[in-house]
Amino acid sequence: MLKVESVVKSFGGFKAVNGVNLHVNAGEIVAVIGPNGAGKTTLFHLVTGHLSPDSGRILFKGKEIGGLSPHVICRRGITRSFQVVNIFPRLSVFENVQIAVLSRERKTFRIFSTVERMAEEEVHRILRSVGLFDRRDVESGLLSHGDKKVLEIAVALSGNPDLLILDEPTAGMAPEETERCIRLLRKFSDESGLTILFCEHDISLVFEIAHRIMVMVRGATVVQGSCEEVRSNSEVQSAYLGESGGC
Amino acid sequence: MRKRSIAQLLPLLLLVALVALPQVLPRFHTYVAAIVLLTALLAMSLNLAIGYTGIYQFGHAVFYGVGAYGTALMLTRSAMPASLAFLVGPLASAALSLVMGLICIRLSKLYFGMLQISLGSLVWAVVYRWYSFTGGDDGIHGIPLPDGIASPKGSYYFTLAVTALCVFAMYRIVRSPFGKAIQGIRDNPVRAEAIGVDVKRHQLASLVIAGFFGGVAGSLFVVVENSVFPDMMFWTFSLEVLIMCLLGGMYTFFGPLVGASAIVLLRVFASVHTQYWSLLLGTILTLVIIFLPDGVLGVFVRRYRAKSSN
Repeated sequence: MLKVESVVKSFGGFKAVNGVNLHVNAGEIVAVIGPNGAGKTTLFHLVTGHLSPDSGRILFKGKEIGGLSPHVICRRGITRSFQVVNIFPRLSVFENVQIAVLSRERKTFRIFSTVERMAEEEVHRILRSVGLFDRRDVESGLLSHGDKKVLEIAVALSGNPDLLILDEPTAGMAPEETERCIRLLRKFSDESGLTILFCEHDISLVFEIAHRIMVMVRGATVVQGSCEEVRSNSEVQSAYLGESGGC
Repeated sequence: MRKRSIAQLLPLLLLVALVALPQVLPRFHTYVAAIVLLTALLAMSLNLAIGYTGIYQFGHAVFYGVGAYGTALMLTRSAMPASLAFLVGPLASAALSLVMGLICIRLSKLYFGMLQISLGSLVWAVVYRWYSFTGGDDGIHGIPLPDGIASPKGSYYFTLAVTALCVFAMYRIVRSPFGKAIQGIRDNPVRAEAIGVDVKRHQLASLVIAGFFGGVAGSLFVVVENSVFPDMMFWTFSLEVLIMCLLGGMYTFFGPLVGASAIVLLRVFASVHTQYWSLLLGTILTLVIIFLPDGVLGVFVRRYRAKSSN
């Protein structure tokens, strides 16, 4: 579904991403791991159009998407969450999800209809599925950090994506919140066959839910394969897993 | 629930009071009330851009001025029917807003505002110098108005009707899907883009709408004052309108109305007693920014929400 081929992106003289290769097949959960500064977030920005690649190809459903703007890529079927929480803080939880649904339905240019109850059923369904239904009228900026992260995933899901990209979905979460988040991702993957690409620092979590793993070091792909392949790769062990004490 | 319905009735009560106003107030006060109304419309139109879309619209007075000049020039220099003049002014503002928007939109935040002030000053300079067409720094005076709206009461009711209509239209826009989308853009453009909203196009549309209603306020100025002059589009007046939004509360719909009323009334009644009325305004504004950062109305809305959610 997603194919990234020898993509390069540099900032000034620094090659943040330097020859990355990544494959994501439909229905898979793929994790990208690597030490801080390996270029994981930059890679995601390249895929979602927040940055454009210097060279290389990014193919989604067989079509080149490198360099397109974010809203176009979203409409092609990729939505995402960000490393730092990215929601509409002055709007309610309900409105956050509602905008995403309306945007998907291309209704955001309507100025003569009343928005209040538009798409209400669907928004409620989404909020129920992530467990935020009871908090729907809260101004989202006032939510706890964990709830904000979940809300952002809900917003990304509301775009009915073919591919969901999550940049450190559990960063800063308390253990029980992390647990809840993982259960959610599993549920969506199992129930609707959602394809998920994510990066994460918590290695045990990665091995727990990812079908395949791609390891990045200094901007380049070291290896991509199943959990066993990655675990037994000597390069990975020395570059990364060794430091964190194995798993 | 009952409290809520009272709050919703307020605009209606206000409207009734405004309709009754000229029957009890002397002529001068009716005129001041008309100025308050059209200035409130101007501030609320600016708030669509700045409070609802998060665009740093620093040159809003230009659209007000172009709306006024468009109407004034049509009334004095063309043989077209007067009703057309009141359409041409706002449409000229909307068109200018589109052109300036296309140029400025590629810049973000403060840079947008700076470029808009510069382009606006350009328009002001042309109007200020072009004696043969715009009357230059003298402006245009004694503009002939259609019979029904020439009297003080007539012009007041016309202003009230048009303002009420425009405020209602803006209220509908704010509560439409488009209105939600621009509020999302204000809160977080990156997020908006990532859910598929074309941020620039929505911003541009919002600018055109704000420019249009700003132009309507300008047209009304012609009706109330019978004259236009270049200073109404000078950048310092843009800032004054901005202050009205800040004072009343940028994140509330009626906040700018409160701010505009306060400033116009202050200017009219305090300047009778002292020429340093702006010192008074400065003091009030400083206090508001320190103690009520959400503006006067913003504070009430917050309290009200906190109460109703308990």
